[in-house]
Amino acid sequence: MDLSIDVVNERDKLIAVLVGEVDVYTAPKLKESLLFLVKKEQTMLEVDMTGVSYMDSTGLGVIISVLKAAKEHESQLRLSNLQDSVMRLFHITGLDKVIDISVSIREGR
Amino acid sequence: MDVAKIDINSYRDLLKKYIDHQDESSLYGAEQMSKAFIKNHILPDEIVSLHIQSLMELYPSLSQDIQNSMRFLLETMIYYGLAHQEYQALRENQLALRSEISLAANVQTTLLKTDKPDIEGLDIGVISMPAHQMNGDYYHFIKGKQDSLGIAVADVVGKGIPAALCMSMIKYSMDILEEEAMMPAKILKYLNRVVERNVDASMFITMFYAQYTPTDNLLRYASAGHEPGFFYCAQTDTFSEIETKGLVLGVLPDSAYPSYEQKINKGDMIILLTDGVTECRRGNEFIKREEVLDVIKQYMHLPAQDIVNHVYKYFERLQDFQLRDDFTLVILRREV
Repeated sequence: MDLSIDVVNERDKLIAVLVGEVDVYTAPKLKESLLFLVKKEQTMLEVDMTGVSYMDSTGLGVIISVLKAAKEHESQLRLSNLQDSVMRLFHITGLDKVIDISVSIREGR
Repeated sequence: MDVAKIDINSYRDLLKKYIDHQDESSLYGAEQMSKAFIKNHILPDEIVSLHIQSLMELYPSLSQDIQNSMRFLLETMIYYGLAHQEYQALRENQLALRSEISLAANVQTTLLKTDKPDIEGLDIGVISMPAHQMNGDYYHFIKGKQDSLGIAVADVVGKGIPAALCMSMIKYSMDILEEEAMMPAKILKYLNRVVERNVDASMFITMFYAQYTPTDNLLRYASAGHEPGFFYCAQTDTFSEIETKGLVLGVLPDSAYPSYEQKINKGDMIILLTDGVTECRRGNEFIKREEVLDVIKQYMHLPAQDIVNHVYKYFERLQDFQLRDDFTLVILRREV
């Protein structure tokens, strides 16, 4: 399955809306897109994962590298609206304690 | 190869036969000849050149326009031929690379080799199968004083070669630790520092580390974000998930890992695994974690090694013998 990545500009933050599966095939594309966004100093990036039905450990690797890059560039990363199966992955790996994960309602919905 | 080495006479005769009769047998002859060309690395432009030569011999008065058009075709085929040569070279490189990877996989197997220890009163079963050539899963047994046993089960993210290289680093980091330092929480804290300093930002490792001491029948363990295993209590005949907290290795420089204990009574089992077991798919659907337990229950009356073998075979069949992820399953059972 494919992954689509749409970036929306919303007031003081960028929102990357993901739809599809994040796995070993789609991870490189996701990594490139998100790294590009957080490498601009002091960006607030929210990744809306409502439409992500599956993420494997390669996907987690992408999120970790984006988190590290965000810290380096004084940017912020937040994940929102994770489906239960994806949330479980963040919980097991302990990443829910080091990444800002929230439920957010986007404007205009 | 030189055009002269191709049998011009056979080609010309076959061409003539086809022009005169347009029959199936000449077409079959053409197919056979084409196979021989491929086998002998004859390039497309050499075939066109052969065709021109044959035409000129068959029809010496061939119109100038046709002759020119054939030369034009020859020119276009030259570049096609170059690309084809490049493709051939790449194919050969790929074969060489594949054999190198297979050598590397053998080296990895030797480097990471760990023997299933014999410990009185403990029945141990283990299976670890890679989805591809190199295994990103890892298990390790360390036998210590008074028959104590250290067990590590780990999964490196990404897969393939980088993951496998990373595993060797982990193994050697563990090898240099003194036995006194082998307490699960301590070892994970130490390995986290090694991984955080040495691997790429997008790589991380999940690991479950346990130490079993037969003198007090205690299992002490800690987990770095690893897929939870199961504990089977023989007295109540129930399974429960081994719950732990702890961040995966390699994300923060100073992660600490809580330590846990579990008393192991006669007949109790510890089931450790990687997500390659719990994330098996039936078609496009993931299995439920409980399904792993259902399969284990079916074979529980057997020795531990037979249980893991049967569970592996079950999930291998379920996925049409094509693993999507490395698969590692370890079962320990206290016998006496």
